[in-house]
Amino acid sequence: MTTGQEQRRRLRGKNIAVGLVLLALVVLFYLITMVKLGGV
Amino acid sequence: MAQVLSKARLDTLPGRQAGQSELVDYWRLLKPNVMQLVVFTGGVGLFIAPGSLHPVLAFVAILCIAVGAGASAAINNAYDTDIDRVMVRTRLRPTASGRISPADALATGITLAIGAVTVMALAVNWLAASLLALTIAFYVLVYTLWLKRRTPQNIVIGGAAGAFPPLIGWAAVTGRIELMPVLLFLIVFFWTPPHFWALALYRRKDYADVGVPMLPVVAGVETTRRHILGYSLLLAAISLLPSLVGTAGWLYLATAAVLSGMLVHGAWRVLRTASDREAMRLFKFSIVYLFGLFLALVLDHAAQLWLLP
Repeated sequence: MTTGQEQRRRLRGKNIAVGLVLLALVVLFYLITMVKLGGV
Repeated sequence: MAQVLSKARLDTLPGRQAGQSELVDYWRLLKPNVMQLVVFTGGVGLFIAPGSLHPVLAFVAILCIAVGAGASAAINNAYDTDIDRVMVRTRLRPTASGRISPADALATGITLAIGAVTVMALAVNWLAASLLALTIAFYVLVYTLWLKRRTPQNIVIGGAAGAFPPLIGWAAVTGRIELMPVLLFLIVFFWTPPHFWALALYRRKDYADVGVPMLPVVAGVETTRRHILGYSLLLAAISLLPSLVGTAGWLYLATAAVLSGMLVHGAWRVLRTASDREAMRLFKFSIVYLFGLFLALVLDHAAQLWLLP
């Protein structure tokens, strides 16, 4: 695997991880909001 | 010449195993082992506090404590890269082996710290968030930047950072600081020196090589062994206080008495045998000791709730 391919693979992995973290935060903030508003 | 970097070569970077990704390095940067202990003691503080907290908010509080601990660890890794590279125990850390740059580690730590404190403040309460911020600041500024490389009292004073989580957990539920969480703070605070000095006895050459003034390096092994015994006796006395002030019951008292007896016996053996193996054994037992003590608090509290009419 060349350096370019390896870098792209690592960048893709990082992007997926950041995306998952952001998704988890959205879910978390949604749940916190629901609890604070007394809906859950 | 075209530079070709094979996956096999990437995988052979120090500390990285075949197939292991960069994400694993970032996870390791947060010192998950330390995080476990912090999450556990913080969780116990939260569980035994009077009152109730919505399960979602309890989860958020624990998550923030964990992320705060990870943030502190990342910043510590960034600052200590130079000595971590030399020490056998730490040379495979992601920053020490060059897999994550100190700047990236610092950025990760600061981002996580701000995130954890903000979420704690918005979702739980300001007291818990302030204590979390104080914990992170204490670990980074007081322990890492100020004390660690200057004085053999580094882990005595710096140990306070690791003692805050039960207070944070308690404050998350009650919004107050009371006697019981202060006792839990004292237990972890007085547990830290014998725990780390036992390790430092075993690893004293490592610390001497990098000039970190741990007690065995500065005052010698004999003095350190005496200090370990002294602090263990003090810890044994403090560990009984939650029952003596009436907050914990007999189950906790019995467990604390037995575990503390074993700890003091272990410290005595370290002094008497002057053996590094005994020191390592005590180091490992001290982890069991703290987990056992806090687990007993949980079981004791659960038993009290169950026995209530």
